[in-house]
Amino acid sequence: MGDFRMPSLGADMTEGTLVEWLVQPGDHVHHGQIIAVIDTVKSAIDIEAFEDGDVERLLVEPGTTVSVGTPLAAIRAAGASAPAEHHAPASPIVRRLAHELHVDLDEVEGTGRGGSVTRHDLDLAVGGVAQVVAAQGEAAQGVAEPSVAGPSHAAPSSSASPPPEPVRGTSQPHVAASPRARRRAVDLGVDLAAVTGTGAHGAVTVEDVERSAHAGDAGPAYPPRVVPPAAVSSAQPAPSKARASRTADVRSDARKDAMQAATAALMARSKKEIPHYYLESVIDLRVALDWLARHNEGSASADRVLPAAVLLLATARSLLAVPELNGFYTDGHFDAREHVDLGVAVSLRGGGLVVANLREADTKDLDVLMTMLKDVATRARAGRLTSSEMSVPTVTVTNLGDQGADLVHGVIYPPQVALVGFGRIVERPWAVDGMLTVRPVVTATLAGDHRVTDGHRGSRFLAALDAALQKPEEL
Amino acid sequence: MNPTSARETVLELIGEIAPEVDMGSVPDDEDLRDAVDLDSLDFLTLVERVHEVTGVDVPENDYDQVRTLNGWAAYLAAHAS
Repeated sequence: MGDFRMPSLGADMTEGTLVEWLVQPGDHVHHGQIIAVIDTVKSAIDIEAFEDGDVERLLVEPGTTVSVGTPLAAIRAAGASAPAEHHAPASPIVRRLAHELHVDLDEVEGTGRGGSVTRHDLDLAVGGVAQVVAAQGEAAQGVAEPSVAGPSHAAPSSSASPPPEPVRGTSQPHVAASPRARRRAVDLGVDLAAVTGTGAHGAVTVEDVERSAHAGDAGPAYPPRVVPPAAVSSAQPAPSKARASRTADVRSDARKDAMQAATAALMARSKKEIPHYYLESVIDLRVALDWLARHNEGSASADRVLPAAVLLLATARSLLAVPELNGFYTDGHFDAREHVDLGVAVSLRGGGLVVANLREADTKDLDVLMTMLKDVATRARAGRLTSSEMSVPTVTVTNLGDQGADLVHGVIYPPQVALVGFGRIVERPWAVDGMLTVRPVVTATLAGDHRVTDGHRGSRFLAALDAALQKPEEL
Repeated sequence: MNPTSARETVLELIGEIAPEVDMGSVPDDEDLRDAVDLDSLDFLTLVERVHEVTGVDVPENDYDQVRTLNGWAAYLAAHAS
């Protein structure tokens, strides 16, 4: 039982805006059900319930921005019993943080020495509403509230303040719409309730929303998030000679600035706290790419695998060889993790980065990992990730892709202790058995945390990665 | 499928992937990866969508023929029924 709180979806998130409730008081919710949509500076995220229970009260109105840990709703768990009385050991810093985040330490499972609650446990507890669920959480979810309040920024509420009146719009009929359609409606300022749905069971599709926006048959429910072309082009990198012009962007300049600021704050903290060391290795991809071409030959396009997926899987598997690169450093103590939750930096159209989490990537096969990558990238770009996909990965990979630079020296995302970077795949002269030849190569880099590993241990990872990529059939 | 309708189809599908781009301004002969900022995942998505819509599934070996809008139009005109 207890409060459903604003989750922490990444180390750089300090606050979030409740966009809409998908439940109302009296509703029974089940574990994994998406019950709210939250907007962070990076993306709108579907938030899943972490347990079965009944919604008692909604404490925050849509449109309200609150800090991480603020109670959003009271949910009475099914079959809840009073917790056993005990006091969890924790450092004063953790106690203060717990107080600030409105977390009851007695309810947090401590993984520190002697069962003490660490900073990381607290992060997990706060983000714990975003429990591990399958990536397809949103597929089962098609119900949207027709309207929510505008994006006003109210002062952060606290658990002591009286609960606000029931949220606006709950008495109106539900409109079935995909998350993508809902998002598009927000972007275009279209009221979903006024749109005629042509999808399955009358659900509103993206096309319906766009048609409605063009026809102007729905009054704007929100200020549309459309950026004037001039503002967009000034925020874009220098255009290539005949670059297509951009007419409308779903991201406002303010949002971009906030996103940049959030990333910058985290990176500044990383650079201040983490003594980085950097290693790089140029890896021959001839064998891996030839193998992949055979794998893809005769496959329908929907079943093809990209080189990026091979690099990601090889990374996840190779990290098992050097476990001290995979985990969290908190309170002066490193905690290795058994599986590799691989954070993948996805660049968004129009600027910005979102790190999506490929959970337990080390246990997946190549086809599954490729499917996860596609799914996550598509939805990250549509601004529709679920909270479990935004949870904190154990290590992050940044892949500049085929249009990027040759190599990247990454900045570690705290509390992680390593960041793996891949530049673009390029053809380079390569010496083999005393002969010069040409090979497709990639420069892999490792940014490591000197508090946990050193260049010697880090080198073992890059060596394992190289070896794994020479035997792609074993991935 | 004639080149004109093939071109329109491909433009429409690019619009799904890069909704912020003005389709009227996509150049005919520039590599779409540069012109509308398609990465390898976007390009694969485009190939998949073209397959779904036209029935033509471009094999990897033919990717170089469909790097531009004109390339797509010619390829689909030749391969689509």
